[in-house]
Amino acid sequence: MIDVDIEQRLGDFHLEVRFSAEAPIVGLFGRSGSGKTSVINAIAGIGRPQRGSIRVNDTALFDAARRVDLPPDKRRIGYVFQDALLFPHMDVESNLLYGQRLRAPADRFIDEARVVDLLGLRALLRRKPLALSGGEKQRVAIGRALLAQPRILLMDEPLAALDIPRKTEILEYIERLRDELDIPIVYVSHSVTEITRLADTVVVLSDGKCLAVGDVDDVMGRLELKPATGRYEAGSVLDTRVTSHDAEDQITTLAFDGGELFVPRLDAPVGERVRARIRARDVSLSIQRPIEISMLNVLRANVTSIQEETGPIVDLRLAAGSATLVARITRRSFRQLGIHNGQELYALVKAVSFDRRSVGYA
Amino acid sequence: MTGLSPDEIGILALSLRVAIVSVLCSLPIAIVVGYGLARLSFPGKTLVDAIVHLPLVLPPVVVGFALLVLLGKRGPIGSLLDEWFGIVFAFRWTGAALASALMGFPLMVRAIRLSIEAIDQRLEVAARTLGGSRLWVFASITLPLALPGIITGTVLSFARGLGEFGATITFVSNIPGETQTLPLAIYTFTQVPGGDAQALRLSIVAVVLSIAALATSEWLTRRSAQSHRDDRR
Repeated sequence: MIDVDIEQRLGDFHLEVRFSAEAPIVGLFGRSGSGKTSVINAIAGIGRPQRGSIRVNDTALFDAARRVDLPPDKRRIGYVFQDALLFPHMDVESNLLYGQRLRAPADRFIDEARVVDLLGLRALLRRKPLALSGGEKQRVAIGRALLAQPRILLMDEPLAALDIPRKTEILEYIERLRDELDIPIVYVSHSVTEITRLADTVVVLSDGKCLAVGDVDDVMGRLELKPATGRYEAGSVLDTRVTSHDAEDQITTLAFDGGELFVPRLDAPVGERVRARIRARDVSLSIQRPIEISMLNVLRANVTSIQEETGPIVDLRLAAGSATLVARITRRSFRQLGIHNGQELYALVKAVSFDRRSVGYA
Repeated sequence: MTGLSPDEIGILALSLRVAIVSVLCSLPIAIVVGYGLARLSFPGKTLVDAIVHLPLVLPPVVVGFALLVLLGKRGPIGSLLDEWFGIVFAFRWTGAALASALMGFPLMVRAIRLSIEAIDQRLEVAARTLGGSRLWVFASITLPLALPGIITGTVLSFARGLGEFGATITFVSNIPGETQTLPLAIYTFTQVPGGDAQALRLSIVAVVLSIAALATSEWLTRRSAQSHRDDRR
């Protein structure tokens, strides 16, 4: 449980953020300069808001009215920075143990062996940070933060400095943490992919203000948030379950209450909950059910809202069962097909438009 | 074995004692001042910076004279120190150490300050979030990472102390066995007819000492830089 209600003036920038979230992973989402890092720094005690309060699991870390302002070392926060910030003069093991040694034994709930196994650090313990790859550094940084026995884990763009294979690797490790440890995570990112894959609750920030707070499937599909969530990456998230694998074609079938999705083979057991992200620009529309077409995914849906802008593009919000889809089409198609609110049509999605990073365990 | 006479060994020992004591006593202060100048902002910071650097630009004789006026037996500070603690600097080897420390101080502070400024401050922030108090973070992160600068500063100040002449001779005079360090002894021999040979011998000792100090610093700096690298690859 995390409760943030703060106001802070940083030069010309005015931060005024209020949200309350109870979820394994809370995503703080927004473009660069939207105030994400200021919020997470305020939680960590690195910046001091002028007004308001910050509470984690009912412990006040900061409360301007009651003059509570715990120093960073007393907040029991695990902070994972964008560029790891490992201590260069210590080997990996000393880095890992830096925080643990400073916590009273009574406060410890996770030990070194567990963290080393969880993050696959066994072979790195004697190495120096300078000799590690980016992904390895970030794993050590996560381990170091965990061993500080935190009440909450803060992650500030932990994947931003990594290449795509490393990103996928670290994402999988973060999912393991969520599943195996009982530590809430605040995950800061400007990447829709990361947020939709990891977060349960999303807080959308723009220009120092909180635009929306809510479930990831709901918030990410909202058209009015598009300027903040980004044009290129706009899309929706479906909460699905694995129903079968086709060994021959290497296709996995996912079910949700608006139908079935076919995606490239996933390494997930049947029955596993999986979150699938569909970008608005990957969705095509058809008035009639198409036949003899290469697109595997054909979903029956209703138009629930239309966002027309002046440009050549029109965004539509569709309901497929209780799930929401967002489709982006040209104004010409929109006009030629005569699409209107409430209309029933078919949303088409190529199976290959799902990449490994857009489908993840939920 | 070294071919030095007992007198020469005495001079050498006194010089080393003065230089070592001056460095050891000024190092903690230089670290605090270097850290303050690198990391804190406070009113009068520019003034402090200027005062610290003063011995670098003033004629050493002026520094020595100022010490004599302030810390001499009848000086405002010197008389109090004598009265309260029984500490006397004037015409003692401790005074020579004080003069050396003062002259080497700007070099020491400068090297330490630069190396602290070069440390990524976010490393210190990260250590704070992991539960380290300010003091612990300073001791476990800042100091070890500033080590190359601390070594450089110490050696520079040590070498400066070995060579100190003007401030020393003005403040504590040139008393054989008490304040007559290597440079003062060399100077004395050059003033006596036929003393050139001895002046030369002591000059060679001074050269050897300085080179040894530089080599040691180079070795220490390289070792501390090496420690950031992986030994196993």
